[in-house]
This record gives sequence, structure tokens and C-alpha cells, in this order.
Amino acid sequence: MANTIALVGNPNSGKTTLFNALTGSNQHVGNWPGVTVEKKEGQFRFQDQVYNLVDLPGTYSLGAFSEDEIIARDYILQGHPDVVINVVDATNIERNLYLTTQLLEMGAKVVVALNMVDEAESQQMEFDLDALSKRLGGVQVIPTVASRRRGLDKLMEATVTEINAPLRNGATSISYGPELDVKLATLTELLSIGDLRYPGTWLALKILEGDDSAQKIVLNDQVLRGSEELGAFLKEVAAHKSELELEIVDGRYRFVKEVTSGTVLRPTEAVRTKTDCIDRVVTHKYLGLPIFALIMLGVFQLTFVIGEDLLGELFANGVEYLSLLVAGGLEALGSPDWLLSFVSEGIFGGLGAVIEFIPLIVMLYLLMGLLEDSGYMARAAYVMDNTMRALGLQGKTFISMIVGFGCNVPGVMATRTLESRKDRMIATLINPFMSCGAKLPIYLVFIAAFFPSYGGLVLFVVYTLGILIALLMAKIFSETLFKGETSHFIMELPPYRLPTLANVIRNMWDNVSGFLTRAGTTIFMVVSLLWILAVLPLGVEAYGPESILGRIGVFISPLFKPAGFGNWQAAVGLFSGIAAKEAVVATLGMVYAGVEEGVELVNAIRGAFTPLSAASFMVMTLLYTPCVATISTIKKETNSWKWAVFAAGYTFSVGWLMAVLVFQVGTFLGFS
Amino acid sequence: MDRLPLAGLNEGDQGKVTSIIAGGQATKRLYEMGFNTGAKIKVIKNDRGPIIVTLGSNKIALGRGLAEKMLVSKE
Repeated sequence: MANTIALVGNPNSGKTTLFNALTGSNQHVGNWPGVTVEKKEGQFRFQDQVYNLVDLPGTYSLGAFSEDEIIARDYILQGHPDVVINVVDATNIERNLYLTTQLLEMGAKVVVALNMVDEAESQQMEFDLDALSKRLGGVQVIPTVASRRRGLDKLMEATVTEINAPLRNGATSISYGPELDVKLATLTELLSIGDLRYPGTWLALKILEGDDSAQKIVLNDQVLRGSEELGAFLKEVAAHKSELELEIVDGRYRFVKEVTSGTVLRPTEAVRTKTDCIDRVVTHKYLGLPIFALIMLGVFQLTFVIGEDLLGELFANGVEYLSLLVAGGLEALGSPDWLLSFVSEGIFGGLGAVIEFIPLIVMLYLLMGLLEDSGYMARAAYVMDNTMRALGLQGKTFISMIVGFGCNVPGVMATRTLESRKDRMIATLINPFMSCGAKLPIYLVFIAAFFPSYGGLVLFVVYTLGILIALLMAKIFSETLFKGETSHFIMELPPYRLPTLANVIRNMWDNVSGFLTRAGTTIFMVVSLLWILAVLPLGVEAYGPESILGRIGVFISPLFKPAGFGNWQAAVGLFSGIAAKEAVVATLGMVYAGVEEGVELVNAIRGAFTPLSAASFMVMTLLYTPCVATISTIKKETNSWKWAVFAAGYTFSVGWLMAVLVFQVGTFLGFS
Repeated sequence: MDRLPLAGLNEGDQGKVTSIIAGGQATKRLYEMGFNTGAKIKVIKNDRGPIIVTLGSNKIALGRGLAEKMLVSKE
């Protein structure tokens, strides 16, 4: 069986980059703390041997502070990896070794990848690797530069050696001070009569640290629960909880200091770096927010100019050519009419409308990836903290919102990095208002029909409206459903790094391939199903109001009359959007009959809407019920159907209200 | 030696952390990020919103609320 290696490290230590370098797999790489929220696995070969690699969430510690930490800790203790590669940011070695210390406490087999040594060297830092290794109890320390694939072979050699080495006995040479050491020994002794699946010293340490889950493990044991001596000891511990906790942290840092003193040399005077210069501008008291707004406006403008104007038409022509080619081929083969109709109207009319927007989606993800990898996102969270605080949230929440711009599913998952339940719940519930990539094609069709000269600006306004509504709802939620104190803002501002092309492209491809997969599966199914609904019952005009689809549309469309788009086709489009937002344009393509090309769809839209009703329809699509995938993610993350249903319902109400407001006020002001 | 809340320091000031009184979880998190007793910090930015300090070669932004609860001896 293949050996399993776990990757552990601080946020921003380059852990995910190393994962990608080793496995070559597709995985999202960001530059702000907490991007790796899921357990990622990959496989790779080294010297004709296959290894499993598990990427654990980036954490500062292995306590029970956040879900990320619990995931990482439980995996190391219960998943039994054969060895743990601990990725350490060389420029930040002192803080990173804190985590290493905890790995040693667990008795795990560890290899340290001293990553980003090139950056450390450029800061004139020096390392005595042999001495470091010796002081860490023999743990091998291998210098690496994961982003340039340097040192990986050496790292793997060391890892293989460690796999074959005998297990550490769990005892560490870390002293937490004379008093604590005695307590630790006593407690370990008390625990030894129980039948526990965890290393005793580690459990004892965790209990002294005030870790509730460790205490629970112990009290679940029949023998230990009966021990009066242990009960008395635990009571004593509980009384001094906070002091013990901090003493242990201090003990670990003392150990780190012993390890690094003399083995890690830094120049005494820190050099003023580029990062400081950039930060002076982008975190400026007054300029910070406008700069952030400008950057976002720039992202959307560039997306539009390059993705649509430059590449969009080229792509659309390609799709049209392909459609004609396939239709011609099918006709030549003597295919039945229904198949021709399904392929040209259902597939190319529907799916083609989605595919045409690939250049735009590629651009948006490329630019967002650049921003993420550069390190700017942490600054965005910083400049937003004041605003968010006024709304009862904290700056970090804004990161999950920005991730939501790509897709609400990872957006909702990104709320895991928030520590308080209040922050998490609110951030989850408002995430659907962040306009995801799949909604982009909808706006683009309407922009092409009514506002072709103002594309970038309209997009900016739409996205901003989404943010404003999200913030408004956050304020309302924090004063009604989720009262309580806002959690503290602690955020590392990583140094700016020039994003590597490979990472940005990989990140983009991850998202775009996800989009393509959805286009090939979910959206294909939705489009097919809608096509069937559109041609049944037999004998009616396909895509007509008499078809099943048409009747559904006719039935629900009166609801949207006050918003200005009470026609059944629009209603059908919105209906399909609940399955997948990509299906909205696809469906509009279908129901506006025989549409195969972008231009015809745009013309059909121009005939069916007015500029004002187009605006209210865009507002509706921006805000109304998120797709099924998002709703089910909300269910998974909140662990409650109640909140999932609530999220689906309240977003619909908000979307409807806002659409009606736009249309009614617009009409009142004399727009049409 | 003066003990001030971190929020009371000016840009460019340096100091050592003497104690944190921010409640269990937050205090521990700060400790684990390296703000334990005796840690040397330098204030980079303190005008509006979170305070930015350097800790070792790290740059960390701390909410004002937290910065009020971290006592520092100015050097």
C-alpha cells in the first residue's frame, strides 16, 4: 500500500504551492490566511514508489481554536499519516516552529521543509541546518523553494528515510517550566491506567492547556471516569485554566527560542522592503478605500474589454461555425427532425449561449487570481474592517464575500476561517448577494442589448449593488437574528509576492474547468430537461406558451409584473436559474425560439424588455435565490435545513422587492 | 517602565508585550501568533481602523478593540 504523507504548516507558508509542486494536481492557491479550507489529496511518484499526499488546512496552532485546527489535528492523530511534512516559512521561522513544537508533542514523525529560503537569503538570514535539526530532536530540516521546485528531491529523500525510521516514542524534551513539568508527569501517570487511543503525554498536555475535547476523551473512558484522584486533579486544573494555558504557550516559545538561538541569524537592522512602501499607499487612512474600489473597477473593466470586446466575438463565431457544422453533418446523415431540433436549439442554442462567455470567465478568474496571489486581499480586508465593524462584522468577513464573486460555494466555505458563530452565520447568509461568475453571462446579454457603451460601468454598479445589499442585510442580521459581540480582527499581512504565472493559470483553470464540467453535466441536464418541457405535450408549438415550460412560466409570471418583466419567458429563465445560474441565459436562448447565435438572442431580448425592465431583471438575477449547489452548501456548513431554506427564501424576497423598487421608482421618474 | 495599551502607542514606537487581557480565546490566539510575554513589537500604523505592527519579520493587523487590551512596555 502507498505511504501517506500529510502536509502541515502556517497560512502563507507556501504549503499549497508545495502540494502542487509535488503532485502537479490542480489546487487553488491563495495568498491570504486560511485559503485551504478543505482536505486535499494527491498522488505522486518518487523513485518508482507511489505516495499519497494530504494537504491539511493552514493553521498557526493545533489546538481546538477553529474548525481548521481540529481538522488538521484529528487527521494527524487519527488518520495516521506515515509522516508529516511540516512546511515552515524560513523568513518567519520562529513563529512557524511553534506549530512544529506541537507536532513533536504529538509524537508524529516530522520532516521540516524550510520553505522560501531564497526570500530569507535575500533578507540576509542565515541558518545552521545541522544544529537546527539536532535541537529539534533529530527532525530533518530541508531547505526548499516550492515555487521554483528547488530542494524537492532532497525533501522526498528525507521523507522516505523518516517513513522507514522507527516511531518516536512520543516523549519530547520540551520543558514547560519546573512546576508544569511535574503536573504533566503526574497527569500522564494518572492517565496511564485508562485505555486511550491517544498518546498519554499529549493528552495530559492538552488537558493542562484547557482543551475541552481532550478532557472529553479522558472522561469517556470507563476506568478514568471512576478515578477520584483524576477528578480532583482536573478540578484543580480547571481553577487555573487561563494561567496554565499561557504558561504552556510560553514554554513552547521558550523551546523555539532555544532551537533558533545561534542557529538562525538575522541582520539586526531590518531593511525597508517594497512591501512597506506599497502598504503605505494601499492601507492609507483616506486613500485605502478608494484605491480598493478603483482596483475592483479596473478588474471588471479589463474583464469586459479583453474578455468580451477582444475575444468574445471570436469565440462566438467559433461556436456558431461549430453549430452549423454539426447541424449540417446530422442532416447529411438523415437524422430525424427531433434530434436536429434538440441539437441545434437545445444544445447549441442553450449550451452554446453559455460557452460563448468562457473568455470573460477566464479573464475574471485570471484577474482575481492575480489579486489573491499578490497578497493584496489581506489589505482589502484591512481597509474594509472599519466599514464592516460599523455593520457588526469584521474585515475578514469581506474575504469570503470576494471569494463569492467567483462562486458562492467556495464563498460560503471560506466563512470557516471566521471564529465566531455570529460572524460565520451572517457571512454565510449574505454570500449569495455576491454576484458569482455564472451570473456574468446574464448581465452581458442585457448589457449588449441595452447598454453596450457602458459595459464595465454597468457591471461595476451591479456588483457594488450586490455588496451594498449584502452589507445592509448584515447590519439587519447583526441587530436581529445574531446579536452579540463582533469577534476581534487579527490578520497577517503577508509580504507582496509577484504572482507566478503557473499558479494564476492553475487557479483560473480550476475554476473554468469547474464551469465547463458544470456546463457538461448539470447545465446540460437542465438544458435537456427544459428542452423536453418545452416540446411537450406533443403537438404544441415548441417553446411556445402552450408547452409545459410555457405554462409554468405563464403561471408564475404575474408575480413579476410589478417588476416590469411579467412575461412568461423571463419567468422561465429565473425558474431555471435556481437549478444553475448558467442556465438562465441558456433558457432565455431557448424560449426566445430558434436562437442559436448571440446576436439573435440579444435582438430577442431587446424586443422583450425595455431598458428599465432590463435593469430590474438584472437586479432580480443579482439578488434572488442562489443555485441549488449554494443552497446545499449552506445546509452543509450550517448543518441545518432551516437556514438553507431561510437563505433561499429571504434572498428571493429581497431580489423581488429590489426589482420592483427599481421598476416602480424608474417608471415614476419617467424612465422606460 | 510605562505600561500602555498598544492602541496608545504612536507610529514608529517599539515595545515589549507585558500582558494581554482579552478573554481566553483571543488571548491564546495572540499568544500563539507570537504576541507572548516579552515579544518585541513595532507599531507601523495607528491612525484609523486596525493597528498594524511588526512582530519579528511579520506584519500583523490587530483590531483596535484587541489593541486596547494588549499592554505594552514602551522602549
